[in-house]
Amino acid sequence: MKGPAMRAMLVLCTVLFAGGAYAQDGPSGQAMAQTCYVCHGPEGRSVEAVPSLMRGQKDFVARQMLEFKADRRPATVMNRIAKGYSDDQIAAIADYLASLK
Amino acid sequence: MKATRRGLLRTAAAAAGSMTFGLPMVARGAAGAVVVVGAGFGGATAARYLKRLDPTLEVTLVERETSIVTCPFSNAVIAGYESLGGITRSLDGLAAAGVKVVRGEALTIDTQARVVLLADNSRIAYDRLVVSPGIDLDFAALPGYGEAASAQMPHAWKAGAQTLLLRRQLESMADGGTFIVAPPANPFRCPPGPYERVSLVASYFKAAKPRSKILVFDAKDAFSKQGLFQAAWESEFPGMIAWVAGKDGGRIESVDAAAMTVKGGFGNQKGDVVNVIPPQRAGAIARAAGLANDNGWCPVDPMTFASTRAPHVHVVGDASIAGAMPKSGSSANAQGKVAAAAILASLAGKEMPPPALFNVCYSLVRPGYGISIADVYQVTRDKGIVPTPNAGGVSVRAPTDLGERKLEAAYAAGWYRNISADIWG
Repeated sequence: MKGPAMRAMLVLCTVLFAGGAYAQDGPSGQAMAQTCYVCHGPEGRSVEAVPSLMRGQKDFVARQMLEFKADRRPATVMNRIAKGYSDDQIAAIADYLASLK
Repeated sequence: MKATRRGLLRTAAAAAGSMTFGLPMVARGAAGAVVVVGAGFGGATAARYLKRLDPTLEVTLVERETSIVTCPFSNAVIAGYESLGGITRSLDGLAAAGVKVVRGEALTIDTQARVVLLADNSRIAYDRLVVSPGIDLDFAALPGYGEAASAQMPHAWKAGAQTLLLRRQLESMADGGTFIVAPPANPFRCPPGPYERVSLVASYFKAAKPRSKILVFDAKDAFSKQGLFQAAWESEFPGMIAWVAGKDGGRIESVDAAAMTVKGGFGNQKGDVVNVIPPQRAGAIARAAGLANDNGWCPVDPMTFASTRAPHVHVVGDASIAGAMPKSGSSANAQGKVAAAAILASLAGKEMPPPALFNVCYSLVRPGYGISIADVYQVTRDKGIVPTPNAGGVSVRAPTDLGERKLEAAYAAGWYRNISADIWG
């Protein structure tokens, strides 16, 4: 195997390996985002009282979470919850939610 | 059925084999037969997410009831703020999502043959099984109490007829009466539940029977959200509620349902309405199938909620031993998703995905006054499930201009609607 086929294989291996390594680091953005649905509704589409996570803007969730985490935005419960995630995890959650349409 | 199952497993193995050679597309849609026992918070979540994450999967959900009456918000029914219909969830949404709903009572499991045995003698074979049976009340653990006694002294710790019975008794009670609540030792379903019940009944009394008293005889010396509850009792219902810790004689040793008395370290105490919440254990099928330990609860791998006592079986919800997670609807919801992801990975021959576990429990003190506890968990095989340090915990002690109590009461209702939509549709 050489040329384009070899390069394709290398890329594929890198992708698979990166996926595996990420898996060992911690839960995926999808897995973490799914835990949000308990209050924010399936796929973040709230049917009552709790704000919906689907606001159209890509970085909406990440921005809010970082504000809550730093206690820069008043909250009842989200300030306590946001502190449970690293900035990278917040980005992963937001990216997954942004991928839902 | 068995042959079909093996055929499906072969398909899954073939797909997994292809995966190894760098063709991840082939692994998509790896099929298998998954059976879920129990359509409550844990089981119905697992069933819905299994089907959502892999629509080709055959998912069968076995449930003995025609609909689910939820324990969350059943205290509001007891206090007269909610109807039983308002906390009843249909299983039609799961059927519409492609889950095969079988109405029947699963009695036990042959974990060697991988078959669930039902009360009508039918059998359902599985590649993977999720068991989410909730709790059984351990009636024998409290002398004098039992199924018969619960007609006089309701437990109301499984929502339904018992919820309505306790409501009727409280409605019939004269102003100036005594309501006794006797919560059990840990672990038990819904740790803040007894204290939310005390609060909401106090709210009902304050409006309808203001001279009445509530005595809480507790087996424990401390309880969930204790500081918040006790501060609220002081400010909202001064002088109405007395809580007696286990160490101060609060632990009930026996009850006499005919005399309507409970006996603790203080001697006999008579109540006009008595709510005994007995000790609990995993639902009967988990114990019958050998999934429970000597304490009556089911040990699991914290990464996947796979039973440590039987292969190809996952236990989620109140029946499982889940480290720091409380036995709550929110916990069961998170655990059902973890089990679903682990089962799909296992059927596809992939590495187990790291679990994301989270819990939030709202409690109402009265309408318009809510409090909460929340935690994001870290999960490892070594340490199990532990709360993330410097995060989570309970509502702020001193509310600000934000109006935390009122907002959290609204969010409690929102939580209920949204978790219901997430689970039952």
